[in-house]
Amino acid sequence: MTPNFLRNGLIAAALAMPGAAMAADVIQGGQKQATNWTAITMFAVFVLGTLYITKWAAAKTKSAADFYTAGGGITGFQNGLAIAGDYMSAASFLGISAAVMVSGYDGLIYSIGFLVGWPILTFLMAERLRNLGRFTFADVAAFRFAQAPVRIFAASGTLVVVAFYLIAQMVGAGSLIQLLFGLDYWIAVVIVGALMMIYVLFGGMTATTWVQIIKACLLLGGATFMSFMVMWHYGFSPEAMFADAVRVKADLAAAGGKTAEEAAVAGQSIMGPGTFIKDPISAISFGMALMFGTAGLPHILMRFFTVPSAKEARKSVMWATGWIGYFYLLTFIIGFGAITFVLTNPEFLDDTGALVGGSNMAAVHLAQAVGGNVFLGFISAVAFATILAVVAGLTLSGASAVSHDLYATVIKNGNPAPGSELRVSRITTLVLGLVAVVLGIAFKNQNIAFMVSLAFAVAASANFPVLFMSVLWKDCTTRGAVVGGFLGLISSVVLTVLSPSVWEATLGNPAGSAPFPYTSPALFSMTLAFLGIWLVSKMDNGARARIDRAGFAAQQVRSETGIGASQASSH
Amino acid sequence: MQDNLAERIAADPNYQLLKEKRSRYGWILTIAMLVVYYGYILLIAFDKELLAARMGSGVITWGIPLGFGVIVFTIIITGIYVRRANGEFDELSEKIRLEALK
Repeated sequence: MTPNFLRNGLIAAALAMPGAAMAADVIQGGQKQATNWTAITMFAVFVLGTLYITKWAAAKTKSAADFYTAGGGITGFQNGLAIAGDYMSAASFLGISAAVMVSGYDGLIYSIGFLVGWPILTFLMAERLRNLGRFTFADVAAFRFAQAPVRIFAASGTLVVVAFYLIAQMVGAGSLIQLLFGLDYWIAVVIVGALMMIYVLFGGMTATTWVQIIKACLLLGGATFMSFMVMWHYGFSPEAMFADAVRVKADLAAAGGKTAEEAAVAGQSIMGPGTFIKDPISAISFGMALMFGTAGLPHILMRFFTVPSAKEARKSVMWATGWIGYFYLLTFIIGFGAITFVLTNPEFLDDTGALVGGSNMAAVHLAQAVGGNVFLGFISAVAFATILAVVAGLTLSGASAVSHDLYATVIKNGNPAPGSELRVSRITTLVLGLVAVVLGIAFKNQNIAFMVSLAFAVAASANFPVLFMSVLWKDCTTRGAVVGGFLGLISSVVLTVLSPSVWEATLGNPAGSAPFPYTSPALFSMTLAFLGIWLVSKMDNGARARIDRAGFAAQQVRSETGIGASQASSH
Repeated sequence: MQDNLAERIAADPNYQLLKEKRSRYGWILTIAMLVVYYGYILLIAFDKELLAARMGSGVITWGIPLGFGVIVFTIIITGIYVRRANGEFDELSEKIRLEALK
């Protein structure tokens, strides 16, 4: 794959090939732009503000509970915004609006997949998670089981998800910041790594939460302004906006040598489904990865422990779902705005008619078109802030898996020396930050489009089934959960490697040679995990299995009523 | 939590009621969400023309309100659940707590 392809055709290719459908969630391979001082100044203001918050948060971060969950003192509304800030990545903002600009309706189908997991998480998991857990989702999964094996599994699931998600974000950060700010790739990666370490190390969950809240407000505010300006231009008539976009696409097709009739068809094609959904199996499997993956992402699940009660946990998801859904509606308008404002303006196009900086710059160019240089600087700074918020949440969740699950519970049998758990989580944060920077630089110019999709597939196939069965099925045993969970984890990784997006696009094997032909492994790996948990639990008649089953009634009482659940620490 | 407390709560008729009502409500809404989303995806997989068909004389297709509808449905159904859970179910839960800690 040539850099030129990556730059200009990533989204188009992503939507054309089911094997790389998730590519729109990763920003890659942009060309360096002139240094943008407005953007750098605005970003500097954001950094100073968040560092000040970190200083304030550091004074409040004394215990492990403060570090992992901000002492459980975040309100439902704040947490809802923070979840939205954790979930809406820069890549989904720039990638989805670019996908809409290139293929129209397909971008909408893609974004809907990221939203539909939230109700499931609300109906089946949110309050039970809050009632059973303290710091990590392993607290919930291992509630009535033998601690060590389930924690080792949960930490593995967490670290795999965090690693792939983090690499995707770091590579995206490097490319994006090179594009937006005109900084070198490695400088961008180092800045992201350093800031993220400062937030998490000193400010723990409190600082991370506020970085995410501020970022969510900035991103939602910026996207609202852009959509408002686009709709205002069309007198708030969707028909006028869509009709103009169809006309622009038809004109472009006609200019590309199509006959008038073909051009009209090409123009109207952006109003309906294109090639994104090809075969029903890929469609369902990919939908399952997104839907159930959301309910298995460790950095999202961890956010449920930052609120004081199940009531606030439910409010959090309600707000989060509302904000994220609203955001995807906006990206659709922004994508269509990009068709009419950006694709028609020679200032934003290079000699070949492609976008300067690549398709992923759609929203950024639109920002300049509707709000001038200052707003362009604002949106660029927001994109940078967005990456920071997401990587901080990921790092905190990875660090807690190591310090709380592996160190405190497995190695120290639940009795770590006072203060040592907090120290281990800080050391882990440092290590994770360094690893993220090194991998971010190592994976520069690699095709990493599969990584976010893999993170979702693992979350759906390993973390979610274990969590779901341990909370809801009384006959589930330690052995069943661990065997089934690892089956899901290993099968989702192996099938992803054998799928076209890694086998062909990353490893360079010829097209059509991938042993596993579908977009996402989730349909198969998730089924395998559930079957594994069910079958092994059913056959498990050991002494431990009797304890596991006997513990269900008490677990259920606590998960349903919250009586005995951990309370907010007082400050 | 002491086991006898858990046993006492488990025997509380209000607890049985809460568990049954909330779990049934959660599952019904879960199934509704699954039907809407996978229905939408399968509609696209099997009949792209339907969503690409124009609604009237303009360019807007049936796919636009359907897609937006799925987003709005997702937000609303979440709100509906949270409203009932934070009201009716939490009141029941509070009753159980008072009874158990008496």
